[in-house]
Amino acid sequence: MIQKFKDFFFSILSIFNQKKHIKLGIYGPPNGGKTTLANRICQDWLGEAMGEASSIAHETREIQQKEKVQVESNGKKLSFNLIDTPGIATKIDYEDFIKKGMKKKEAQGRAKEATKGVIEAIKWLDNMDAVLVVLDSTKNPYDQVNITIIGNLAARDIPVLILGNKTDLKRSNLKKIEAAFPQYPVLGVSAEYGDNIEDFYKEIFKLVK
Amino acid sequence: MQYVPYEELSYLDSDKRIQKLLKIVKQNKVVLMEGTLSSQEEADLIEATMEIVDSKFKGVEISAFNPMEKVTKKTPQDQLKKIFINLIWGRRRGLTVIGPANIIKDIRRDPKSIQLFLSNRRK
Repeated sequence: MIQKFKDFFFSILSIFNQKKHIKLGIYGPPNGGKTTLANRICQDWLGEAMGEASSIAHETREIQQKEKVQVESNGKKLSFNLIDTPGIATKIDYEDFIKKGMKKKEAQGRAKEATKGVIEAIKWLDNMDAVLVVLDSTKNPYDQVNITIIGNLAARDIPVLILGNKTDLKRSNLKKIEAAFPQYPVLGVSAEYGDNIEDFYKEIFKLVK
Repeated sequence: MQYVPYEELSYLDSDKRIQKLLKIVKQNKVVLMEGTLSSQEEADLIEATMEIVDSKFKGVEISAFNPMEKVTKKTPQDQLKKIFINLIWGRRRGLTVIGPANIIKDIRRDPKSIQLFLSNRRK
């Protein structure tokens, strides 16, 4: 009888503890592959893309959200709202967009939107329940933007999984990321080609448990 | 380059500290600051920078170096250790470099050093 009461009590408690919609954010510097990863997840589980990925930085300049993404792994199911954020940067130069073939006015407009996107991404940090930090594994992980993002997530007690993206490239160096952030789980993936993506889905379950 | 000692910023609140640093950077100077900003202040600095980016001011390059500190999860032991160290030192330990993006081409940081690469032209 006492056991039944206990079971009942804990089942009620678990209902209150259960968040209806976990917000899983994707953060990182520009061009790390955040939207490519978001598209991979959405294609795999919703059958549609989330947004347009591009080799030109700051393609994502507004928060993008897909609701009720349901992932399955090892017979378990997990539902979350996936939030793709604009890349966080400390500088935005419209001339970089001109070099990519844009006209001056278009480049300046894009730069202005990009600055707003960075501000929006930072403001959204408080809304996240868990975050995937997507880093380009061919680049130096000690960039201050990476440290600032992870430091802010740590200060907010938000669970983090660091993804070293672009492992399909020769210069990819996961060990450097692991050395830079030794207290965080680091997983290598290629969001573009789907390398290690099954392990990634398993890790999501650990992240939001 | 302008050196900013810890004492010059320690009595200011976060907003004023950030505004003071940005004011120097907007004068096309590289700030060499004694100590480091908190993670929240770094995020606030990025936000404040983005608000003033235009066709002339492209933003900042920033790098902080604190040989004693690593990015850690906030376990109770970490918090206690941090509180204790901050009580004694504040955020005085380490160095922070902040400069205008049109002057600083790149800052390369690894666990042991910071290298500053300056641009040979001003936009």
